[in-house]
Amino acid sequence: MKKNIDMSTSETETSRRSFLNKLWIILGFVALAEFIAVAVAFLRPGKSKASPDSEDAVIIGGPIDKFTPNSVTAFVRGRFYLARLEDGGFLALSRKCTHLGCTLPWVEKENKFVCPCHASAFDITGNVVSPPAPRAMDIYAVIIENDIVMVDTGKRLKRNEFQAQQVIYPPKNI
Amino acid sequence: MPPLDATTDRLNIFQRIRYSIFPGTYQKPIDRQRYRNLFNSLLLHFRPRVIPERTLNFNLTWGLGGMAVVLVGMLFVTGLMMKFFYQPVPDRAHASVIYLQDAILFGQLMRNLHHWSGNVLLLVVFLHFLRVFFTGAFRAPRQFNWIIGLLMFLLVLGSNFSGYLLPWDQLAYWAITICTGMLEYIPGIGTGLQKWVRGGVDIGPATLANFYAIHTALIPACLLILMPFHFWRVRKSGGLVIPRAPQEDPEDRGKSVAAIPNLIIRELVVAVVLVAVLMILSVTFNAPLEAKANPGLSPNPTKAPWYFAGIQELLLHFHPLFAVMVIPLIILAALLFLPYWRFDTDTAGVWFCSDRGRRMSMVAAVVALIATPLGIIADEYIIDFAAWLPAVPAVVSNGLLPAVLALACIIGFYWLMKKKYTATNNETIQSIVVLLLVAFIILTITCIWFRGSGMALMWPF
Repeated sequence: MKKNIDMSTSETETSRRSFLNKLWIILGFVALAEFIAVAVAFLRPGKSKASPDSEDAVIIGGPIDKFTPNSVTAFVRGRFYLARLEDGGFLALSRKCTHLGCTLPWVEKENKFVCPCHASAFDITGNVVSPPAPRAMDIYAVIIENDIVMVDTGKRLKRNEFQAQQVIYPPKNI
Repeated sequence: MPPLDATTDRLNIFQRIRYSIFPGTYQKPIDRQRYRNLFNSLLLHFRPRVIPERTLNFNLTWGLGGMAVVLVGMLFVTGLMMKFFYQPVPDRAHASVIYLQDAILFGQLMRNLHHWSGNVLLLVVFLHFLRVFFTGAFRAPRQFNWIIGLLMFLLVLGSNFSGYLLPWDQLAYWAITICTGMLEYIPGIGTGLQKWVRGGVDIGPATLANFYAIHTALIPACLLILMPFHFWRVRKSGGLVIPRAPQEDPEDRGKSVAAIPNLIIRELVVAVVLVAVLMILSVTFNAPLEAKANPGLSPNPTKAPWYFAGIQELLLHFHPLFAVMVIPLIILAALLFLPYWRFDTDTAGVWFCSDRGRRMSMVAAVVALIATPLGIIADEYIIDFAAWLPAVPAVVSNGLLPAVLALACIIGFYWLMKKKYTATNNETIQSIVVLLLVAFIILTITCIWFRGSGMALMWPF
C-alpha cells in the first residue's frame, strides 16, 4: 500500500515547528556572534608592561645646565628628543613622525626634523613646517626636580600644534 | 565467489605485507582494470570526463589558474620546511634566517624558492584575475566564483604582507611600520585596529607573533578551504568559458575530448615548466635580506613592497584617509559588485567583448598612459590644494577634492566613450577597468623606479 507522503510544507507546516526552527537559527547566530566576540577579545593585546606609574618609564635626562638653549639632544633609550628652546624651556618630543611612524632624525644644518620617508619636516618645537604630516610631534611630560630634567615616557601626548603651555621651564632661582 | 584471503594462501612475509596494504592487487587481472579506473577517477575529481576541445587552447587561460595552485603548493612545502628553523621572536628572527641560509644545506634554496614563489604567485593571480575579467568569465553562473576568487586574492595579498615582516630586517620593519601606520587614519576604529594588528601601540614581539600566526596558520587554513570550493564551482558552472569570436553562437560548445590524457598532460607540462623556471630563479637570485631591524633608523627612502607601491604612490597625492581607505574600498566594492551588474549583451568567451571593445580598451590604455604621468607631475610641482585653500581642512583639500575631481574625469571619460562608440555597457565598463588598471600600473612603476631620497620624483637614468 503506497502512502502519498505530503512533501509540501507551506500550508501544512505547523506554526509551532516553524517558530522553533526560526528560534534555532536565531540561537545559532547568537552562538556565532559570541564565538566571534570571544575570538576578538582573546586576540586583543594584553596589558603593556610600561604603565604610566612604572618606574622604568621615567628617563633621567641630566642636570639642567647640561642642555644649552636652542639645542636638541637625542635619547635613544627613551625614543625621544629633549629640546631646550631659546627661552630656556624644555620640550620632550617623541621621535616618531606623525605621518606614518618613521623615526625622525634631527638635521642640525637645517635646524629641523626631516622625515626620510615622505619628507615631512618639523621645527624645534615639533610644529609641522612641511606636509604630509598631519599634526605636530607628540610630546612626553617633562619633570624638573632638584635641577635634574626627567622625562616620563609612559604617556605619549598627542597635540595638533605647539602651544606655549606645553613648555616646562626650570624654576627661577631666587 | 568466496573472498580470497591473502593470509591463508602460501605467501611469504613480503607478499603478505604487500597485499595487506594493497588488497586489490591480489585479485585477478580483470579487477586491476577497476583499480585503474579508480585512480583515474581520483584524478578526475576536479575535472569532467570530457571537456570541450576549444578550452584546451593555451591562450584561453595561459594555465594561470593551474600555475597558482602549483605555486601555493610550493609555498606550503618550502614554508613548512623553513618553519623548522625560523624563530618568531624579534631578537632571534633575523639571526635564524641567516642561520637557515648559511648553515643549513639547501636553506638558501628553500628561502629563495619561497620568496620567488610568493612574488610570482601574486603576479599570477593578478594576471588570472585579468584573464577572467577580459574573457567575461565572471557572469552567471560564475558570479560567486568571482567573489571567492577576489577573496583568495586578498588572502594571498595578506599572506605576502604578513610574511614580509618575518625576517625582521630594516626593509621588513619599516615597510610594516608604514603599512600599519596607515591604519590610524581610518576614522573611529583606526587606532584600535592598529593596536589590534600590532599587538600593542608600537611594533614589537606581539606584532611578530601575530603576523607569524596569520602567515603560517590562519591564511593557509583559509586558502585550503577556499581553493577546493573555487575549483568545484568551476566544474559546477560547466568548466571553463568557451572561447569564441564575437559573432559565434555562445551556446555552441563544440567538440568534446577526453580529459585524460588531453587536459592532464597539458596541466602537467605547465606545472613542470613553472617549477623549472622557479628553480632557475631561485638558484640565480637570492631573496633579499638587509641588516637587522633598527627602530632608531628609518631608511631613506622607505618603500613598501612592490605590490603596495601603487598605493604608496597614491599616498603621496591624496590624504591618507582617501589613499588608504576610501579609494581602495570603493574599488573593492566595485569589483565585488561587478558580476551582478546588468550587462547589455552576453560576451562571455570573447576577448575584450568585441572588436569595438578591443579598440576602446586601446584608447583607454593610451589615455591612462598619458594622463597619469601628467597628473603625477602636476600634483608634484604645480597643484597644491592645501596651500590654495588654507581655510579648508587637509582631509578635504587634499583628499575629498582631488578624489571628486578624479571621479569626475572618470565619469566624463565613460560618457565620452559611450557616445563616441555607441558602445554596450560591457565595453564601456571594460574601458574604465583598463583605464584604472593602466593608471595603477603607472603609479606602481613611478613609486618603484622614479622616486628617490625623501620620496622625491627623480629620473633614474
